[in-house]
Amino acid sequence: MTFGFKNRKPSRRQFLSGAAAVGAGAVAAGTARAGDPLITEVQYWAQGFGEGVDATPYGLPIEYESDVIRRNVEWLTADTISSINFTPIHALDGTITPQGCAFERHHSGAIDLRKEDYRLMINGLVDTPLVFTYADLERFPRENHVYFCECAANTGMEWAGAQLNGAQFTHGMIHNMEYTGVPLRTILEEAGLNAAGDLSDKWVYVEGADASSNGRSIPMEKALDDVLVAFKANGEALRMEHGYPVRLVVPGWEGNMWVKWLRRVEVSDAPVESREETSKYTDTLANGISRKWTWEMDAKSVVTSPSPQSPITHGKGPLVISGLAWSGRGAITRVDVSKDGGKTWETARLAKPGERMALTRFYLDTDWDGEEMLLQSRAMDETGYVQPTKAQLREVRGLNSIYHNNCIQTWWVKASGEAENVEVS
Amino acid sequence: MSKYRKLLAGMAIAVTLATGPVAADKFGLGRPALPEEVAAWDLDVRPDGTGLPEGSGDVWTGDELFGEYCAVCHGDFAEGIDNWPKLAGGMGTLDHEDPLKTVGSYWPYLSTTWDYVNRSMPFGNAQSLTTDEVYAIVAYILYSNNLVDEDFVLSNETFPDVEMPNADGFIIDDRKTAEAHFVTEPCMANCKESVEITMRARVLDVTPETQ
Ligand code: HEC
Repeated sequence: MTFGFKNRKPSRRQFLSGAAAVGAGAVAAGTARAGDPLITEVQYWAQGFGEGVDATPYGLPIEYESDVIRRNVEWLTADTISSINFTPIHALDGTITPQGCAFERHHSGAIDLRKEDYRLMINGLVDTPLVFTYADLERFPRENHVYFCECAANTGMEWAGAQLNGAQFTHGMIHNMEYTGVPLRTILEEAGLNAAGDLSDKWVYVEGADASSNGRSIPMEKALDDVLVAFKANGEALRMEHGYPVRLVVPGWEGNMWVKWLRRVEVSDAPVESREETSKYTDTLANGISRKWTWEMDAKSVVTSPSPQSPITHGKGPLVISGLAWSGRGAITRVDVSKDGGKTWETARLAKPGERMALTRFYLDTDWDGEEMLLQSRAMDETGYVQPTKAQLREVRGLNSIYHNNCIQTWWVKASGEAENVEVS
Repeated sequence: MSKYRKLLAGMAIAVTLATGPVAADKFGLGRPALPEEVAAWDLDVRPDGTGLPEGSGDVWTGDELFGEYCAVCHGDFAEGIDNWPKLAGGMGTLDHEDPLKTVGSYWPYLSTTWDYVNRSMPFGNAQSLTTDEVYAIVAYILYSNNLVDEDFVLSNETFPDVEMPNADGFIIDDRKTAEAHFVTEPCMANCKESVEITMRARVLDVTPETQ
């Protein structure tokens, strides 16, 4: 109970009239002849006290929002230690993902690493190999940036056909946070890069402190450009499941490279070709040849509402169609929405101008005629790239890519307001 | 690389203008890493074998060790149990409908197998194997994939002799050219004649219950 005295429950009469109001609300709020009891009768929350401060020293969402949570798909992996779950994007708005419901992906579980036990080593082709403590990192000049982090396998289950019924499951391996951290460049320069000579063909190899170690090779050009060694997200410490106390942020590039519990950065003259850049995170084409080093996330978008988990409940009339768009190659410049499966398109309204490598929220404020729709969205980024259809993608990549599926998504919204994940011709 | 060139030029100017030594630009944070610390963490192995420690192990020893430490998940013959990864088989399936990607059928470099087993397996007890044990287990995984004979001994010396079947199976990201046609002016009206629903998620119904 969030409101009222601990022992005071709503009366039976209030309860019944409240229930009636819910029914009436479906027609139109306030048209009940006797007046809406939520207005005409004094409610218990308007009489007694609410909860005092400190009832929850660290607040959680109110109980009525308890279904806005990460969910996993059990059949995908052998167990939850090396597994993934999905952000409830169908129920969120704006662009910032709260840490508590931002998707998790671990290869050996989320480890418990105290700041006091944290060490970051810089070694390899540097002038002086160095070790930093967490406290050391806090003494370098810091930056703040909002970036999306998308798993390369987001939408990966949909290559062969429409499989999962919900934006959370088809597109929820993504989150978008404001990071605070130190540019990797600053830290590399602290160790000194003269020993590396010509930097244009050099690499860094980054690895984590967990048992999976999850090492990835990153070209030096990117490492010196915008990669961040981050320790805060959305203003507070990283969550354990996102790499507390320190993770790497690799803007626009696949989530697997955003190494959590970052413990080592090695400057080298060649990529390591680790398991995560050979066996995994390589994209097999129809002819059996595989692409490697497919680091950038292609421009992509999805309608988050209405969608299978977020049906239309209000009948015809004003309808807000909303969704998210992003690109690993820069800012989103435009999003178009189609209600007829791609025959005709209308340009949606961006809530704010697109920001580089960050989620962009779009809205199409429309008047729904109550007829069924085949809803799609199509993103464009600053490079002029237009999000392709699934057929266009399959033409180039076949069905076995697993990763980097950025196709246009279709929701079949029925006259009832319910929606289903479908593929269209 | 152009952005990076600019950056280099910028750094050069900063160095010329600075009155003190280059080190003056630094913050003086952190401390030098000791050689034994670097040795403890710098374990990665490269395709050419850089980083491989001295040691060796044979297929038969590997068979026993694999049975003891790995088979519960990966199966006696590295064929994989239930949903746990399969490490052997799948040869020639990469252009099939459901390719089976294993160390034998897919992995381009042997170094990756050695490095991954050494640092990340067994699952739940990583970094518990000795160097010779890792050589032996990797020899057994190769044997399970019919890539070496039963009397094969894998060592830092025999390492370059092993040929990985899919070594040439990879190309560097070519989206810029192969997908250049996605940079285009999008169609807004009369984009197609008709639209049919060709597949529905409900038919498959593999979505978890969300109450
Ligand atoms: C408790 C189950 C378990 C045991 C025991 C185990 N593994 Fe694994 N193994 C896994 C899981 C789970 C993964 C995938 C981890 C991930 O997703 O990052 C894996 C991945 C692998 C891979 C990479 C597979 C690929 O296709 O990318 C290799 C190689 C491997 N294990 C070898 C071994 C060896 C050798 C041993 C014994 C020394 C071993 N494993 C013991 C569960 C196990």
